[in-house]
Amino acid sequence: MEEVPQGCPGTGSAQAGRGASCQGCPNQRLCASGAGAAPDPAIEEIKEKMKTVKHKILVLSGKGGVGKSTFSAHLAHGLAEDENTQVALLDIDICGPSIPKIMGLEGEQVHQSGSGWSPVFVEDNLGVMSVGFLLSSPDDAVIWRGPKKNGMIKQFLRDVDWGEVDYLIVDTPPGTSDEHLSAVQYLSSTHIDGAVIITTPQEVSLQDVRKEINFCHKVKLPIIGVVENMSGFICPKCKKESQIFPPTTGGAEVMCQNLKIPLLGKVPLDPHIGKSCDKGQSFLIDAPDSPATLAYRSIIQRIQEFCGRHLPEEGHLISS
Amino acid sequence: MGTAAGPGNLAGVRHILLVLSGKGGVGKSTISTELALALRHAGKKVGILDVDLCGPSIPRMLRAQGRAVHQCDGGWVPVFVDQEQSISLMSVGFLLENPDEALVWRGPKKNALIKQFVSDVAWGQLDYLVVDTPPGTSDEHMATVDALRPYSPLGALVVTTPQAVSVGDVRRELTFCRKTGLQVLGVVENMSGFVCPHCAECTNVFSRGGGEELATLAGVPFLGSVPLDPELCGSLEEGRDFIRDFPKSSAFPALFSIAQKVLSQAPARLS
Repeated sequence: MEEVPQGCPGTGSAQAGRGASCQGCPNQRLCASGAGAAPDPAIEEIKEKMKTVKHKILVLSGKGGVGKSTFSAHLAHGLAEDENTQVALLDIDICGPSIPKIMGLEGEQVHQSGSGWSPVFVEDNLGVMSVGFLLSSPDDAVIWRGPKKNGMIKQFLRDVDWGEVDYLIVDTPPGTSDEHLSAVQYLSSTHIDGAVIITTPQEVSLQDVRKEINFCHKVKLPIIGVVENMSGFICPKCKKESQIFPPTTGGAEVMCQNLKIPLLGKVPLDPHIGKSCDKGQSFLIDAPDSPATLAYRSIIQRIQEFCGRHLPEEGHLISS
Repeated sequence: MGTAAGPGNLAGVRHILLVLSGKGGVGKSTISTELALALRHAGKKVGILDVDLCGPSIPRMLRAQGRAVHQCDGGWVPVFVDQEQSISLMSVGFLLENPDEALVWRGPKKNALIKQFVSDVAWGQLDYLVVDTPPGTSDEHMATVDALRPYSPLGALVVTTPQAVSVGDVRRELTFCRKTGLQVLGVVENMSGFVCPHCAECTNVFSRGGGEELATLAGVPFLGSVPLDPELCGSLEEGRDFIRDFPKSSAFPALFSIAQKVLSQAPARLS
């Protein structure tokens, strides 16, 4: 995943760090010390922990501000509307943890129990974890470098007592860096159902999203599909449609056709979405008849269908 | 890669500005580009340093995708985006062989490249260097501030949208500025209302009030609100000069005013 020299013998090989092609590789010393050969024990611990989690979905985008957290929150709300479905929402955006606000949980704190950290519950069947709950003030900045962020993500996956969960949704920050690599790495011995990738119609967003799709291919993360957010705006006064973020290169539809990836749906811009998020309420409940709500519900259903076709853990793929 | 560059490469740069936000997608790159264009229209020579390594947006915004970066004795030659050579740009976008290739790097590698971008680009004589950053308060931001500290940056413009969710993240960015000793020139509120082209009704698509509230809370100047203008978005997608092409746009007065405020900060400092 990281750039390796040509002819890299592999971090687990006997030649690791000692081969001719290892010269100049930044990991040379680490490999030569034998540390590279031993996998992080946390990966096994996380595998154990994740045995009670049926489906895992990552919500990604290369681009910032396209609505990942908004979507993750509403995916969680939508799934949790069925009382018999246990939903968990994990926010691994360490620097910009928006989920507590969007879920109406600002100011909540995390409690420890004998079995680990307890998630904060919005409903009986919807639990949330975010670094936001570990900060004492809304002005506190998490000014951490990569390794410390990775450590936090490891703790979230290993130490949170999620219990029996049907869906674990992981909200990510923008980019293709530490947080994304760590999430995939730590979950590597479990089965991740796939990634939902969020974009807006603009090329400046699609540009980054193509990179994210490449990242998924690189780390062998299945892609459930793409959601085009902020897709058109209906004026509340004259009801005519405008494109605030024009799809100058055909939007997600053309990109998905070209890359042969499913387009799960398009969500229009509704000013009520922002307001609901600011108030920490579910937009699906606040505005049940909005075209945006209908779009969300359709997308959520398609995601459930995808997950239903792929059995968790030791199961086999029925169809892909 | 680069040659061992002394203080020379930034010695000719009079003022350094950073454009930050805790939040993604608020328009940092848009504001950086528009600010650079506005400063150019005011007769200044401008450089743009794009340190968003995972999502380098600026080459496309200035119609410079696919351009090659050349080396000279002083290091890397920045890419000039116009014939008059009044705007130069450095971005990791120019170093990628395939624009769809993801730069999947962890922190230390990103830090190393940012240090090179700061010290090994031969900017020459510039009135302003605008540094566009990715969202967050992590490796890239620490590396950038550390590398620029010896050159006493003028300060940071912090961008937010009106929503509370955005303000929530940007408050943390203001803490970052305080902790790292970076002066905040002011807050810019972007995506501040949309005027329907059919009936002229203004809708607050992303809520309202956040920018001013944030500036007041943090005790920093409020530099202005920039409304949503699809012409601005379209312009950026196609690498056009919005400032030149759309002086009648609703976004133009706000962008112009922000540039004027930045220009007025400069004479107070010794160059």
